[in-house]
Amino acid sequence: MPNDGNISVRVDGLVKRFGSFTAVDRVSFSAYRGEILGFLGPNGAGKSTVIRILCGLLRPSEGSVIVAGVDVGKDPEGVRHHIGYMSQKFSLYNDLEVSENLRFFAGLYGVDRGIAGDRIREAISLAGLQGHEHDLTGTLAGGWKQRLALGCALLHRPEILFLDEPTSGVDPMSRRQFWDLIHGMSGRGVTVFVSTHYMDEAEYCDRLVLMNRGRVVAMGTPPELRHLVKKGALLLAKCEPLGTALQILQGSPGVAEAAVFGNSLHVRVEQAEDALVTLPAMLESRGVKCVSLKPIEASLEDVFVQLAGEQSAVRGGPDR
Amino acid sequence: MEPEIAVEGLSKRFGPVSAVDCLSFAVNRGEIFGLVGPDGAGKTTTMRMLAGVMSCDGGRMKVAGHDVAANAEAVKGSISYMPQRFGLYEDLTVDENIRFYADLFGVARTERRERGAMLLKAAGMTEFRDRLAGKLSGGMKQKLGLICALIHRPRVLLLDEPTTGVDPVSRREFWQVLYSLLAQGVTIIISTAYLDEAERCSRLALLHKGRLLLCDTPENLKKRMPGATVVVSSPQARDLRELLAGAEGVSTVILVGAGLHLVVDDADRRVPELKARIQSAGIAFDEITASEPAIEDLFVAYVQGR
Ligand SMILES: Nc1ncnc2c1ncn2[C@@H]1O[C@H](COP(=O)(O)OP(=O)(O)OP(=O)(O)O)[C@@H](O)[C@H]1O
Ligand SMILES: Nc1ncnc2c1ncn2[C@@H]1O[C@H](COP(=O)(O)OP(=O)(O)O)[C@@H](O)[C@H]1O
Ligand SMILES: [Mg+2]
Ligand SMILES: [Mg+2]
Repeated sequence: MPNDGNISVRVDGLVKRFGSFTAVDRVSFSAYRGEILGFLGPNGAGKSTVIRILCGLLRPSEGSVIVAGVDVGKDPEGVRHHIGYMSQKFSLYNDLEVSENLRFFAGLYGVDRGIAGDRIREAISLAGLQGHEHDLTGTLAGGWKQRLALGCALLHRPEILFLDEPTSGVDPMSRRQFWDLIHGMSGRGVTVFVSTHYMDEAEYCDRLVLMNRGRVVAMGTPPELRHLVKKGALLLAKCEPLGTALQILQGSPGVAEAAVFGNSLHVRVEQAEDALVTLPAMLESRGVKCVSLKPIEASLEDVFVQLAGEQSAVRGGPDR
Repeated sequence: MEPEIAVEGLSKRFGPVSAVDCLSFAVNRGEIFGLVGPDGAGKTTTMRMLAGVMSCDGGRMKVAGHDVAANAEAVKGSISYMPQRFGLYEDLTVDENIRFYADLFGVARTERRERGAMLLKAAGMTEFRDRLAGKLSGGMKQKLGLICALIHRPRVLLLDEPTTGVDPVSRREFWQVLYSLLAQGVTIIISTAYLDEAERCSRLALLHKGRLLLCDTPENLKKRMPGATVVVSSPQARDLRELLAGAEGVSTVILVGAGLHLVVDDADRRVPELKARIQSAGIAFDEITASEPAIEDLFVAYVQGR
C-alpha cells in the first residue's frame, strides 16, 4: 500500500441515518492518490449516499470523513473546489448548447474568467465533442451526454472525481471510450471514485469496495475479490434445455447457487469432485442433456451474487 | 401462424434526422425480441410508435391482430409499455404507486395482491413498501417502475432499457419473471445496453442510425462475426493488455475476469504470433485459445466505423 502521505480520501466509522433508517452503517476505507476505486453493491446498498457525503452534499450522522485534507463534516463547502462530481441522475441543462453548459458550470465552480475559455476548450477536446459545441445538449446521444457531464466536472481541475454510475444506460462502445477517459485522468494523478453495476467495468478498477445494506462487505483488488469465491467450487455447465437444468440444479443437494450466464449456467457447489460425477448423471436422469460441465474461475459477478446473497440471508428481513 | 407483432417499412423523421428508417421485422407469440444498437439508433422511437404514443411517417405496424394506426385503442388494451423513464409518483409510497397502476390497468384485487407480493420479492423490495418513491435509491426507482409495468399481464410487453441501473442480482430475478411470462405466451420486445441480456433473447435486431443491420437468433448472429475471438488467461492481465493493445491483427482487447478477451482478424494465424510475443515479454499466462464470440464483439464489429 502507498504511504499515508498519498491518501486522498479517508473515511472512518461513517454512519448516515434517515430518520430511523440506517442507510450507511460504520463504513471505513481510504483511497490513494491516482487510484481508481470502484464502488459496487445491490440497489439501495448506500453507494450514492456515501458519495454525496464525501462531496459535502449530505451531512454524516457519525464518523469522520477527510477528503483532500478537508474535514467534510466540519467544512462541507471547503471540499468543493478539490472535487468533481457526476451524479447518478443526469444534471446538465438539456435546453442549453454544449458550450453554454460548460460556461455555466465554469461559473458555478468559480473558474477564473480569464482562463475559463481555455478550460472549456480543453474539456471539449477531452470529451471528444469538437464540432458539437453548438449542439443542444438534449439532442446528444447518451454516451456523448455523459462525456459532456464529465467535461463539466473537470473544468476546475479537481484532484478527486466522484462518478456515480457514469455509464448507466450507455452503449458498450461509448462505455469503453468513457473508461479510456477515466484511465487518462487517473494517469494524471486524479483519484477517481466510480460506482457501477457493470461487472466488466469493475475489472478496470484498481481496488473495489463492495457494499450491501449500508455496510462494506468486501474490499480489495479485482483478483483478491475473485478469490473470495473458493477455487474449484464453481462449475460451468452447458445444458439443454437450459431453463429446466436451472430449475433442477437450484434445488439439488450440494448446490449452493445456480444461475444463467449468457448461454450457460454457473453452478456453485460445496464439493467439486463429487458434483462433477453426480450432477451430470442426475440431470440426464431427468431428461436434461448435459453437454459439458467443468470447473472455472469465479468472475466478479459470481462474487457479487455470493456476497450480496449471503449478507441478506444472514441479516434477514426488515429489522432495520 | 400470424406473427404477434409485424412491422413493415416503418419510418420516422425528426427534421433532418431519420430516427427510424424503413424498418421491418416480425415477432412471434411467446418470443422475446431484443432491440440493440448504439445510443440514438432508434430503439426508443420504434417502441413509442409500437405503443401508439407516437405517430409514424410511413409504414405499417400490426400488434396482437390490430393495425396500430387504424385501431390504436384496441392495441393499447393488449400491450404494456415501460418507457425508458417510467413515471412514478415521488410523493406516493411504493405500495401506493403499485396500487395506482393496478387500478389504471384494471387488475383484480386478489391478482394484484399476489402479483404485487411476488414482484416486490423478486426485486428485493418487500421491506420498502411503505417508503416514499422519491426517497428510493436510483436502481430501486427503476425496479419500482418495472413492478408497475408488470402488475398486469398484457399480451404484449414493450420494455425500453428496463434494467438500467439495476444491480446484477436483481437483473437475474427480473429475467426469471420475464421467462415465466414468456412461458404463459406473453410476447416481449426489450431494448438493453447490457449485451449479456441480449444473449438471452430468442432473436435480436441490431439497429444503427434507424436501420436494421442484422436480425437473427444470438447463435446465428455470432456465426456472422467477421474475424475471430481469442481468450488468454493470465494472472497479469493488465500488463498483457498494455502489451497486446494495438498488436497487428488485433482490433479489440478487453479485460475479463482472470484474463483478456481479444478480437483478431484470423485466429489460426494470430494465436501463435501472440503466444510468442507474450513469451518474449516474459508475462505469465496459462492458456491462449480461440473462443466463441460474444454478442458484444459482433456489435462492435458491425457498428464501429460506420
Ligand atoms: N433522502 C432520503 N431519505 C430516506 N431514505 C433515503 C434517502 N436517500 C437515500 N435513502 C435510502 O438509503 C438507502 C441507500 O440509498 P443509496 O441511494 O445510497 O443507494 P445506492 O447504493 O446508490 O443504490 P443504487 O444502486 O440503486 O443507486 C436506500 O434504502 C434509500 O432508499
Ligand atoms: N422528440 C424528438 N425530437 C427530435 N429528435 C428526436 C426525438 N426523439 C428522438 N430523436 C432523435 O432520433 C434518433 C433516435 O433516438 P432514440 O429512438 O431515442 O434512440 P435510442 O433509443 O436507440 O437511443 C436520435 O438521433 C435522437 O436524437
Ligand atoms: Mg446510487
Ligand atoms: Mg432509448
